[in-house]
Amino acid sequence: MKIKSQKDFYSGLLYTLVGAAFAYGATSYNIGTGARMGPGYFPLLLGSILAVIGAIILFKSLVVETPTGDEVGGWAWKPLFFIIAGNLLFGILLGGLPSIKFPAMGLIVAIYGTTLIVSMGGETFKLKEVLILGTILSVMSYLAFILLLKLQFPVWPTFISG
Amino acid sequence: MDLINNLSLGFGVAFTFQNLAYAFIGCLLGTLIGVLPGIGPVATIAMLLPATYALPPIAALIMLAGIYYGAQYGGSTTAILVNLPGESSSVVTVIDGYQMARKGRAGPALAAAGIGSFFAGCVGTLILAAFAAPLTEVAFKFGPAEYFSLMILGLIGAVVLASGSLLKAVGMIVLGLLMGLVGTDVNSGVARYSFDIPELTDGIGFITIAMGVFGYGEIIANLGKPEDKREVFTGKVKGLFPTGEDFRNMIPAILRGTALGSMLGILPGGGALLSAFAAYTIEKKTKLRPGEVPFGQGNIRGVAAPESANNAGSQTSFIPLLTLGIPPNAVMALMVGAMTIHNIQPGPQVMTSNPELFWGLIASMWIGNAMLIILNLPLIGMWIKLLTVPYRWLFPAIILFCAIGVYSTNNNTFDIWMVGAFGIIGYTFIKLGMEPAPLLLGFILGPMMEENLRRALLLSRGDWTVFVTRGLSASLLAAAAVLLIIVLLPSVKSKREEAFVEE
Repeated sequence: MKIKSQKDFYSGLLYTLVGAAFAYGATSYNIGTGARMGPGYFPLLLGSILAVIGAIILFKSLVVETPTGDEVGGWAWKPLFFIIAGNLLFGILLGGLPSIKFPAMGLIVAIYGTTLIVSMGGETFKLKEVLILGTILSVMSYLAFILLLKLQFPVWPTFISG
Repeated sequence: MDLINNLSLGFGVAFTFQNLAYAFIGCLLGTLIGVLPGIGPVATIAMLLPATYALPPIAALIMLAGIYYGAQYGGSTTAILVNLPGESSSVVTVIDGYQMARKGRAGPALAAAGIGSFFAGCVGTLILAAFAAPLTEVAFKFGPAEYFSLMILGLIGAVVLASGSLLKAVGMIVLGLLMGLVGTDVNSGVARYSFDIPELTDGIGFITIAMGVFGYGEIIANLGKPEDKREVFTGKVKGLFPTGEDFRNMIPAILRGTALGSMLGILPGGGALLSAFAAYTIEKKTKLRPGEVPFGQGNIRGVAAPESANNAGSQTSFIPLLTLGIPPNAVMALMVGAMTIHNIQPGPQVMTSNPELFWGLIASMWIGNAMLIILNLPLIGMWIKLLTVPYRWLFPAIILFCAIGVYSTNNNTFDIWMVGAFGIIGYTFIKLGMEPAPLLLGFILGPMMEENLRRALLLSRGDWTVFVTRGLSASLLAAAAVLLIIVLLPSVKSKREEAFVEE
């Protein structure tokens, strides 16, 4: 069997799986009746609907002809990795990881770290430029978020500020 | 004259130096961030929301109104200058606006968008002030069954507006509804789908979804394209103001756009995109004057009409928000979130319990609008300079601001992990051609729909026919059915696709 529309095939599959998972999860809660709905009633209903919608999309993607085949195309792994990694690094540096006793490094260190990693996701990477960008962003963030908006952030590493 | 009394009460509350300053700051920040490519009004408001937490309610709402208009206009600016629609409603503005910019007429295009928006905003404010009260009366007639049917209508409306496959859009809505159910069930206290993670018992944050799916997902997809395909237009802009000829073409277009937008904005789920799209279609159908540039090649009416309709529509879309408490689109959903943070539950009672707040908000929206034109007309040249910042500097900054914004809402790093996860999900959505806007609408309406369905069926003792035996509810469902049939009709469907495909 040949897939006529790749995009629809995978999105249909996604809907079916997620819908089924939600519906299955709902059965572990009290379902109840229409007049006395339990916490599982609405999710079971919606999950089943989503699974059916997914199945229809899946079926159509195998049957209905499309001119281009709707290819999903290559995944941009590099930007995907660096952007998500930079985002995670921001959280770790800003708040620390208590589970492995990694101390919080504060906002400024987190900004430099994130800028550095995220920038690697682009086509060109010049260390000097990125450091300048990190400095500009640090100063701007400090002025805007700490001084102006007075948000409660750890600004400096805990071993310096105590 | 109730209208005048009410408006003067509102302006009395809103017109203090301090509030004007907040409106100005909001407008400035909103425009500055909204003008960044890839950041639409939803992301802008989400990012700037924390800035209003510390303010008193009136000041916060006024600043939000400023941010809202700033972000909306900033989005149009990006659409015109770099061919990048920051949100679904500026998809139409791109068609003629970018062509004008390429011919060096970005100035008149931006001015037309600004003037059109301002005029439409003024009319919208008056309509809001005049009809908010009568519509509130209607709101009191709404029982749980009516609310449920109204939400169905709103969600169907959202489907109609999605540009791609209908079924996929419905799927996105249902997915959004399901995601909205994550967290503690209000009736039984059971934590649903929280996997014993304490943060998840509070539910998924709207901002984490919006940032992850729209911000991160878009940036990853953008970086995945070859550089020449997303190149930013930085040509010279000559002449800021439209010529007399431009004005003659523009004025009727603005009037038509405003009328259309005001009407469609009132419909829950209708909102800005439908009005912008409809306004453009109407302009295209009217005859060209001799010597006028054809549509699609930089006709100023193609910018002025949808922009006016968009703004009038977003103004009147405050009516369902303020009177019924139902957000008509994702931006409005964020505004509801902002209001609840300040302990204001949008709905019919706002008007009677907090008249200063209600009319102050309406007045502040006009102020936000006026601020916008004061701020932006002289500064068009500067916005263009901001866009010359290379993308390789821009995207790390955007990611950073998203992360900071998300963290600041709860001061909890868990939200940062969540936004990362939604970034991956958002990129997957883009790759599979699934539109995220309906998902957000479903996410917001999920808990409300469940609540009203529960109540309605509790009152009817489990009888589902209650939705069709009550007159108002039945007519709402009928409207939803008609809407659905209209989209399913092949002739309309092909037209809808055509308008989105053609350049």
